[in-house]
Amino acid sequence: MIDKKNKTFRAGLIITGIMLLIIIIGAFWTPYDPNAMNGAAKWAKPSFEHLLGADNFGRDIFSRLVEGAGATFFIAAASVAIGLVIGLVIGGLTGWFGGWIDEVLMRIIDSITAFPSILLALVLIAILPSGKYNIILALGLLFIPSFARIVRMEVAKQKNLDYVRNAKLMGVSDMRILFVHILPNVVPVLLSTVAIGFNNAVLSEASMSYLGVGVQPPDPSLGRMLSEAQNYLLSAPWYALSVGIAIILLILGFGLLSEGLGGDGNA
Amino acid sequence: MLNIRNLRVKFHSTGKEAVKGISFDILPGERWGLVGESGSGKSVTAMAITGLIERSLVEMKGQVLFDGKDFLQCTRSQLRNIHGKDIGMVFQEPMTSLNPLMKVGKQIEETLKIHTDMSPEERKKLALEAMEQVGLPDPETTYNKYPHQLSGGQRQRAIIASAMIIRPKLLVCDEPTTALDVTVQKQILELLYDLSEKYGVAILLISHDLTVVRNLCENVAVMYKGEIVEQGSTEEIFRNPKDEYTQRLIAAIPKRKRHE
Ligand SMILES: Nc1ncnc2c1ncn2[C@@H]1O[C@H](COP(=O)(O)OP(=O)(O)OP(=O)(O)O)[C@@H](O)[C@H]1O
Ligand SMILES: [Mg+2]
Repeated sequence: MIDKKNKTFRAGLIITGIMLLIIIIGAFWTPYDPNAMNGAAKWAKPSFEHLLGADNFGRDIFSRLVEGAGATFFIAAASVAIGLVIGLVIGGLTGWFGGWIDEVLMRIIDSITAFPSILLALVLIAILPSGKYNIILALGLLFIPSFARIVRMEVAKQKNLDYVRNAKLMGVSDMRILFVHILPNVVPVLLSTVAIGFNNAVLSEASMSYLGVGVQPPDPSLGRMLSEAQNYLLSAPWYALSVGIAIILLILGFGLLSEGLGGDGNA
Repeated sequence: MLNIRNLRVKFHSTGKEAVKGISFDILPGERWGLVGESGSGKSVTAMAITGLIERSLVEMKGQVLFDGKDFLQCTRSQLRNIHGKDIGMVFQEPMTSLNPLMKVGKQIEETLKIHTDMSPEERKKLALEAMEQVGLPDPETTYNKYPHQLSGGQRQRAIIASAMIIRPKLLVCDEPTTALDVTVQKQILELLYDLSEKYGVAILLISHDLTVVRNLCENVAVMYKGEIVEQGSTEEIFRNPKDEYTQRLIAAIPKRKRHE
């Protein structure tokens, strides 16, 4: 059982590791400038010169794919980070203090959850100008409730453990107990939620950019590229295929990681 | 030093009184045992003394006087100042009474960080001394270990060190040895005895085991269904129990243990 979890975790680690490595290298160097148009290369087929061919503007698809995966990864990681940090604070305060703080903050959280999340994201994007940072903001907001709920429950549990009582008795201040003693103990419980959240973020970015409200042209992201590629499904099937595979690998890696971590904080 | 006067604790959630008007006094350096069966209200009493009881959950009446100051009338910030300095507590479950993610040494010196303005070096020096006093092996290495690297008995020693480092006047121990095996139990009780002899710290030892109390404490209070049915010198009560419940408790001790 544990062995199987370990293997799943390791597979996730390898896939995610390779993707990350490519993305990091891509941040500094890609075979071509991802946005550089080259009339001569227009619709070039996959070759050693253009590993995945070139698109309708003669831009190198492989270079765009690497850069696009980086953009998607950044959006996903940043929005999960926003949800995580604010979720930790809100969940920590509500779980620790209870009472009216709990009532007020959790009602706000509930009201966020009451809307279908993609709808809420679209509304937010409609209010805000579209672009990378506003997607991050919108998605981050959507992630707050799930993190806050888990943290709140876990803090309420830890609050009654003897080490917390002991700290209280020693005269440690509430804030120090919460942020220095309890929250670090809550983080391991959140790891699998982080991985799931990351995958939701990748998919949401892809759908939003696909719908044209996300990352704006000419900048690539996996969602943007998918929407561009669909126009050429028949003439250049490798375009859509490679973008699809990149999305799948990104999600698969984190999915395996989260499954490997699932349920058992010690895994 | 500690005077409990007619203490009553009622839980809002159940509407039941867990402690029904108990009174007893602990003088400086005295060792008191508080015995009684499960659910008799021993832990609730301890939590009321240490102020760890969640005030919003209970209604408390009576007085818990410590050096003349009534805890029940103090605000949390007033309590914070008294508690860490004058009262320490040892808990039942050594598995959960230390923060799993913090080095043992750091936890032992946490009190000093809050109640004194010592430098980190001074704090560490005192922590190492305290660890030495409670019999933790090789303090320098143990200082940097995490709780899961210690045995149950060692963890209990670490807790005792963290409570004793600031030289409290009272150490409340709620079933400190129940989770340990018999030989370790004995060592911990001996340690508590030595510390109280050496530093004059008073001890309130909570246990459902009369023999444990008898080995350590010269005084005992017997609790039954939220009330103290009998209190006084341990030897006297053992020789001549007046209350029927106390008689049953003593009769329940296996013969060979009774004369240990
Ligand atoms: N948080 C709580 N809410 C409601 N009732 C409680 C709470 N904590 C304790 N009680 C009640 O108070 C009574 C006394 O409990 P307490 O924990 O003091 O018993 P105890 O003597 O320490 O028993 P044990 O030997 O099992 O530790 C019990 O009837 C228990 O149900
Ligand atoms: Mg108890």
